[in-house]
Amino acid sequence: MKIILQIFFSVAIFLSFNCNHSSDEVSTIKFWGFGAEGEKVKLLIEQFEKENPSIKVKVQQIPWTSAHEKLLTAFAGNSLPDVCQLGNTWIPEFVTLKSLENLNSLLLKSSIKEENYFSGIFETNKIDSGLYGLPWYIDTRVLFYRKDLFDSIGWKSPPKNWDELKRVSILLKNKYPKSYPIFLPANEWNPQIIFGMQNGSSFLKNNNSFGNFSEEKYKTAFSFYKYFYENNLSPVGMSQVSNVYQAFTEGFIMMYITGPWNIGEFQKRIPQDKQHIWMTAAMPSTDSIYPGASLAGGSSLVLFKSSKNKIASWKLIEFLTSKKQQLKFYTQTGNLPSNRDAWNDSILINNIYTKAFRLQLENLISTPKVPEWENIAMKVQKSGEAVSVKQSSITEILFNLDNDVNRILEKRRSLLIKNKK
Amino acid sequence: MNYINKYGIAFLFIAPAITVLFFFFFVPVFAAFVMSFTDFDIYALADFKNILFIGFKNYQNLITDPLFWTALKNTLYFVVIGGPLSVIVSLSVAILVNSKVAKFKTFFRTIFFIPVVTTIVAVSVVWKYLYHPRFGLINYILNYFSIEPIDWLGNSDYAMPAIIIMAIWKNFGYNMIIFVAGLQSIPEQLYEAAKIDGANEWQKFYNITMPMLSQTTIFVCIITMIGYFQLFSEPYVMTQGGPLNSTLSIVLLMYQHGFKWWSMGYSVSIAFMLFVIIYAVTLFQLKWQKKKEI
Repeated sequence: MKIILQIFFSVAIFLSFNCNHSSDEVSTIKFWGFGAEGEKVKLLIEQFEKENPSIKVKVQQIPWTSAHEKLLTAFAGNSLPDVCQLGNTWIPEFVTLKSLENLNSLLLKSSIKEENYFSGIFETNKIDSGLYGLPWYIDTRVLFYRKDLFDSIGWKSPPKNWDELKRVSILLKNKYPKSYPIFLPANEWNPQIIFGMQNGSSFLKNNNSFGNFSEEKYKTAFSFYKYFYENNLSPVGMSQVSNVYQAFTEGFIMMYITGPWNIGEFQKRIPQDKQHIWMTAAMPSTDSIYPGASLAGGSSLVLFKSSKNKIASWKLIEFLTSKKQQLKFYTQTGNLPSNRDAWNDSILINNIYTKAFRLQLENLISTPKVPEWENIAMKVQKSGEAVSVKQSSITEILFNLDNDVNRILEKRRSLLIKNKK
Repeated sequence: MNYINKYGIAFLFIAPAITVLFFFFFVPVFAAFVMSFTDFDIYALADFKNILFIGFKNYQNLITDPLFWTALKNTLYFVVIGGPLSVIVSLSVAILVNSKVAKFKTFFRTIFFIPVVTTIVAVSVVWKYLYHPRFGLINYILNYFSIEPIDWLGNSDYAMPAIIIMAIWKNFGYNMIIFVAGLQSIPEQLYEAAKIDGANEWQKFYNITMPMLSQTTIFVCIITMIGYFQLFSEPYVMTQGGPLNSTLSIVLLMYQHGFKWWSMGYSVSIAFMLFVIIYAVTLFQLKWQKKKEI
């Protein structure tokens, strides 16, 4: 019996030594990626592991629909990864949770410079001068339009400002009365918010603690949004357009505000012989400065405070945001690079559809940086639905929206007061 | 003292079960109840100092929240239509499976029970194909009768019926087994006596099977009702509550508030609201059944 025990312990000790030894050499970091990005990033990571033999990266792919829940649950359960892709509207929330590492000092030591990024998108990663993420790819909205139908009414260029957008819509409606010039889906909050941004609305006021939707700037933008429903220029309700690509090809809708992923979809779903009919354009503006603002969306790469391998993790972030990898990532996913240098590459310069995006990237605005934004956006969407079916007057809808938003922000207000004391 | 002496051994025997129940049931339920009077949210997750006791405010907000009423309406729709249908289907199938003329009884019993034990996520993939507006089998069959294709899961009028059909298919096997057990406990002499009296099949069913099954039926009705009030996984995997919140159930709403927005306080108050509703409906059902018996 004694001998058996002795053998057992010596084997156990031997094994544990061996384990320790190997983990000294290779550090393993966990990376979470969402949806298609989480899948495609694996190819880039292979390259990273080849270049850094001492670092092993475990990639976990999480569907977008459950990403947010999963992250919050992981935070509560203390099982966050080292590095993660994070939708940049979620950054304020995770900063509030004090779970993100401040990257200011790491950036100082790094070869990456702030100037390498588009300012609008970089700004979304900053909370009170602290940097909490590096932009990975950009997701903004531009105007996809039917070039051939624009030609047919004598418009050679896309609308540059709101007046032109109105005028071209009316002209298109007159020529094609059974169709709709623009598609503003009532189940999205993006169009209203983009129009609001273009008109300089701040959406929230008093240190982001009250809704500011009844104010003149947003009201004007909202009336502009309403204009398209009122004059039958946009289909009401979702049921009329069950397949956007089909409706667009048929000319049932002629303009659509959407994001970069649809470049690939349009190329795939519109028949080959009809590819010449569509084009992209930057957003119209309220004044003479073109383009008007659009959403600074997209994902950032963040480093969690709980990480035990911060140096290795930062290396991975640097690697994924480098020009070369950003271009590789673009060719695989169609996600637009956040790195300015990448945009000088011929792949992007020669693509006629990304040109509008390149122009748009110079004028991006982020949504208010409060953890409650997702919740507020839902209410904004509801207000859009209400105006599309002419439920009540604009003043009333916006008054209700402000009320809803004020209720959501109640906790934030009480905390602001508490922190002042 | 005497009491403990007398029941001491009994306490000893139930102690493990009670301990487990205490820590994994009573404590969480009590904690949740307390939580429903706080504004536990994402800020509280960051720092527990940010929790405030807000009394009945969660419940007040809940009652004025139109989304709660939508969810309650949808859930009631599901319970009122789906519940009885499910019981009727289970009973009919049980009678068929138990019938004397039926062959391969065990085989069919197993077949009908299979949906109960398959995972909902795998099943939902199949049902999504069945419901597909263009390539789905159901629309293909409807087309045969020259009925226009229906966008089952994309249309707010049809989404809930689609969920009900799927839920019944998924769950009827369980109740069927209980009914079969009930049917088998009915003494054969009763049917023989009825036969001698010249009763037809319907009279036998109405005058013998139904009354003899009443206890089983009460049990099945209550269990089904409670289960159907907790509708969650079907809409969660099939529609995520859409389109236009037409399949948003109370438990799904609770899940969204709890794990999507992390407003735990509010979410827990929904849970207790649901508890009160289920409790009230169950009491009513029991009373109603008792009255009928007298």
